[in-house]
Amino acid sequence: MATRPQGDLSPVLTADGVRRSFGATVVLDGVELAIAPGEVVALLGGSGSGKSTLLRILAGLDPDASGTVRRPLHQAVVFQEHRLLPWKRVLDNVSLGLTGPDVRARARAALAEVGLPDRDTAWPAELSGGQAQRVAVARALVREPELLLLDEPFGALDALTRLRMQQLFIRLREQHGFAALLVTHDVDEALLLADRTLVLEGGRLVEDAPVPLAHPRTPDDPAFGTLRRHLLERLGVAA
Amino acid sequence: MTAAPRTVAPATVRTTPADAVTPAPGRPTRPRPGRRLLRLVSPIVLLAVWEAAAQTGLLPPEKLPAPSAVLQTGWRLTAEGTLAVHLLDSLQRAAIGLALGGGLALLLGAVAGLLRIGDDLVDPPVQMARMLPHLGLVPLLIIWVGIGEELKITLVALGSFFPIYFNTYAGIRDIDERLVEAARTCGLGQLARLRHVVLPGALPSLFLGLRLAIGAAWLSLVVGEQVNAQTGIGFLMMEAREFAQTDVVLLGLLVYALLGLLSDLLLRFAERRTLSWRRGLKAT
Repeated sequence: MATRPQGDLSPVLTADGVRRSFGATVVLDGVELAIAPGEVVALLGGSGSGKSTLLRILAGLDPDASGTVRRPLHQAVVFQEHRLLPWKRVLDNVSLGLTGPDVRARARAALAEVGLPDRDTAWPAELSGGQAQRVAVARALVREPELLLLDEPFGALDALTRLRMQQLFIRLREQHGFAALLVTHDVDEALLLADRTLVLEGGRLVEDAPVPLAHPRTPDDPAFGTLRRHLLERLGVAA
Repeated sequence: MTAAPRTVAPATVRTTPADAVTPAPGRPTRPRPGRRLLRLVSPIVLLAVWEAAAQTGLLPPEKLPAPSAVLQTGWRLTAEGTLAVHLLDSLQRAAIGLALGGGLALLLGAVAGLLRIGDDLVDPPVQMARMLPHLGLVPLLIIWVGIGEELKITLVALGSFFPIYFNTYAGIRDIDERLVEAARTCGLGQLARLRHVVLPGALPSLFLGLRLAIGAAWLSLVVGEQVNAQTGIGFLMMEAREFAQTDVVLLGLLVYALLGLLSDLLLRFAERRTLSWRRGLKAT
């Protein structure tokens, strides 16, 4: 059902026939998905539609799902909550599980990239919600992922912080060129950030549409409004 | 007219405790210096009354000698070296028992907390054994291990086992599954997750278990050393009772109390240093 990505680049991630049920409830009923290198895909769906379940399967966190998923060697996940280890200082959280030379220098560079170069010795509990989420982004970024999986990463932030984080995401993506799957319930966010939108409904991807808008995008663009109305209708919200 | 103040009262009553909590949630507010002095008054008065009653002969010395007499005895036994010998023996028993009981509890608690099969196999018998008051086992233990050193050490080990087992188990179970998941996405294997997530996450519980275990260890020692001991603070007290040296008995009690206080202070110090990340957590 998913379109093949354009060009002959082989996708960074493919999923075939992904199924998952909890007891008698079938949440995912054969999801097919391919993400091209550098492509940002937004996954939309009502609450309880299985968006997060799909992301967890793609992240390799759900051993009870069936179907095949081919993942890239380097991928990273940003969750809705920052999920920093409270007993490790910010820098140690960013460099958690990193191997190779200059681990600390690389972690410092990632912190600088998210705009927190001087919070390296802070405890996670001393950070604001937005700062903690930035550190979580740095923790993902420092792994130099080919694919970034984001589960409503800005959903728990206040409106202003969310806008700033979206700007940060655009900038980081331009610099690093990673592909991303962005789970969100926010149609505006999807249209601002994604190259392609997917809608999950009844356990299947029922819509797969490109976002043909030039960057920088703004919600007051008329074309943006058209796409927005269409997506909202698809999600069952009458505009 | 009387109705007005009555309707206001509940509101004011409710706001006062809330105001009291706001400055530092989770941290007990330290009494002000004036109040701390005030709280010293009644213990000092009690001591003074006790001293005076003993000096004037109101309290017969064989029932309750004066605090100054107890301190003098303490000084004498310290100078002779007797106190140190007995104290070291008691400490050794406590340390060996605590290491054995605590070590086993840590191992079994970790197995039950980390593995489902461990939970199924280990936890039920431990839960059943917990119902037995371990000091009530003394007669049985005498039959099993005799009345020597083994008895004292076994008692201490038994006493310290349960608090450490339960707190290890609970500490592991209470770890936020989402943090373990995040660590997995960072590429941490099983061992690395144990080291970076499970162990530090369970550490506050482990400290609590250790504190309770040390308390239980002293208690077990008090009982154990009254059974056929040749050394130790408990022996010192039992021997003194036979010769009606009430001052030595009181001194033994004082030493037990100081040991408990000192170990608690040391542990709290270690806890503050190791768990410094929690201070930030509480301040927010």
